[in-house]
Amino acid sequence: MGETANQKLMKKGAEASLYTAYWHGRKVTIKKRLPKKYRLPELDEEIKTHRTARESQLIYEAKRAGVPTPSLYFVDVGNAAIIMEFVEGKQVKQLLGEITEQRRRDICIKIGESVGRIHRCAIVHGDLTTSNMILNPEGKIVFVDFGLGEKSADLESQGVDLHLMKRSLESTHFRFAEKCFLHVIEGYSRIVGSKTAKKIEDRIEEIENRGRYVSERKGRQKSVHN
Amino acid sequence: MSRKDGEHYCLGVESTADDFSIGICTFDGEILTNVTSAYIPAEGGIHPREAARHHSQAASRVLKEALENACIKLRNLSVIAFSQGPGLGPCLRTGATVARTLSFYLGVPLVGVNHCVAHIEIGKLKSGSVDPVTLYVSGGNTLVAAFDSGRYRVFGETLDIPLGNCLDVFAREAGLHQSTDLPFGAIIERLAADGKRLISLPYAVKGMDMSFSGLLTAAASLLRTNQFRIEDLCYSLQETVFSMVTEVTERALAHTEKREVLLTGGVAANKRLESMIQTVAEDHGATFSGVPSQFAVDNGAMIAWTGVLAYLAGVTTPIKESFVNLRWRLEEAEVPWAKLQTRS
Repeated sequence: MGETANQKLMKKGAEASLYTAYWHGRKVTIKKRLPKKYRLPELDEEIKTHRTARESQLIYEAKRAGVPTPSLYFVDVGNAAIIMEFVEGKQVKQLLGEITEQRRRDICIKIGESVGRIHRCAIVHGDLTTSNMILNPEGKIVFVDFGLGEKSADLESQGVDLHLMKRSLESTHFRFAEKCFLHVIEGYSRIVGSKTAKKIEDRIEEIENRGRYVSERKGRQKSVHN
Repeated sequence: MSRKDGEHYCLGVESTADDFSIGICTFDGEILTNVTSAYIPAEGGIHPREAARHHSQAASRVLKEALENACIKLRNLSVIAFSQGPGLGPCLRTGATVARTLSFYLGVPLVGVNHCVAHIEIGKLKSGSVDPVTLYVSGGNTLVAAFDSGRYRVFGETLDIPLGNCLDVFAREAGLHQSTDLPFGAIIERLAADGKRLISLPYAVKGMDMSFSGLLTAAASLLRTNQFRIEDLCYSLQETVFSMVTEVTERALAHTEKREVLLTGGVAANKRLESMIQTVAEDHGATFSGVPSQFAVDNGAMIAWTGVLAYLAGVTTPIKESFVNLRWRLEEAEVPWAKLQTRS
C-alpha cells in the first residue's frame, strides 16, 4: 500500500480503527478492520475482506450517484484497509444546533437529496447519523462510513435506512428533530419523486409501529389475546 | 424439614413453549425448588396445541412435586407469578390458567411476568452481576439487551428465526434425534468438535440485527448434496452463527460501555459460544458471567424470582387484566425495580 507517514489513531470503533496519515503527500484517512480473536481466523479473514471490498464499492458507487463521498486512494483488501481522502470540515451533528433555522433547513434538504440519490441507485447507507455527515469547506455535505451499507432496492431496507436517520435526529437533536426530518423528506422527494417518497413515508410509519421502540408505540392498543 | 415462620414465598409458573415448570423462591431470592416437565415431540417441532395438552396434564404433578421439594404448603404462598408472554398462545394460556386458579383459590396477588425479563433477572441473581449486557439465545429468542432509561432495551436481535431454532431445524433435517438428556444443541456441539473444515455460509449481521433463516436454508441444502461431512457442517454452522451473535454483543458492549456480560438461554450451554463471549468480554475489560444450566433454560424459578421483584415494587396483575400477551416485547415491560438495583 506504499508509504504512509505520521499515522495517528483518530477513532477506535468496535469493528475498525480510523487513522489519519500522510500518503504520497496527501492527508488521508485509513480505515482498518481489526481481527477478532473470538472467531476462526479463516472466517475472520473472509468477513474483513468482504466488508472492506463492499464498503469501497459503496463509497465509489455513491459518488457516481452524485453524492459527495471521500475519494478512494487505495483499497488493500488483504490487510482489510481502505486509504481515502481525509475529509476536512465539521460533522453535521456538531453544527446543527449552532445555525439558523433557514441554514438548518438547507442542510436537511441537501441531506435528503443525497439519501434520495443513493437509494435511487439501490444503495443503503446503513448508519445515517449526523455524525457520519461532514460539511466541507466548499459547502458540500460528505457522506462517510458505509461500513454497514448494502446494495438493496427494497422498500423495507430503504425505509429502515431513513427510519434510523429519524431516530438519530431524535436522540441527538430532539428540539428540532421533527422539522429536520420533514426537510430531509422534502429533499428526498425532490430526487425520487413524490410518489416514491410517499411510499417510503408509509413504510417508515409501519416500521415504527411494528418496531421495538416504546415511545413510538405509545397510544397504540397493546395487542392482547386470550 | 419445615421452613422458618413468617417467611414469604412466591410460586412461579413458566409455560411459554415446550416446558411446563414451577419454581418457588423466598422473597430473599433463595430458590427452594424448580421442577420442569418437558414436552418432547415424537417428530417435528413444537406443536402448540400438543404442547399445551402436555402442560395441562403435567400441571398438577409438577405443582405437587414442587411443594413437596420446597417443604411448604399451598397456604404458605404469598404471591403467584406466571409467564405472561411472549410465547405460544395455547401454552401461555395453560400456565396462566393454573396461576389464576391458584391466586383466586388462595386469595393472594397474581403477578404477570415478561419471560425475557425473567431470564435476565434470574441470570443476575445467580451470577451476581448487577448491570450487564445480556445475550439471551434460545429456541424462541435471540437478543442482546441492556438496561437503559428505565427499561431493558434491545440493542440487537434476530430479524427472523431464533438461533436455537436454526440449530434445531438443521439437526432435524440431518435426521438426528434428541432426548431429554441430549437436546439437538448438545448433539450438534459434539459433532462440531470433530469438524475440521470451515464451509462458507451466509454471515448475516445487518447493523445490530441478525438473520438466520437464509443461513439455515444454505446449510440444509449443502446437507442434501451429501458432499459434506455432517461434522464439518455442524462445525461451520456453529462457528458462523456464534460469531454473528458475538459480534452484536461486542457492539452493544462498545456502545453501552457496561462492565459486565451475561450469557443465558438454552443455547448458553454451548461451550464454544461461551468461550467466544468470554473472549469478547475480556477484550473490553468486562466481567463475563454464565448462568447455571437449570436457570439458563426456561424455568419456573426465574418467574417466581421476577414475581418477587415486581411484587415488592408494587406491581400486581388483577385476574381480569391477566390476558397473555404473545408478542410482549422485552422493552415494553416495565421494570421499576431494576433502576434501584443498577444505582447501587
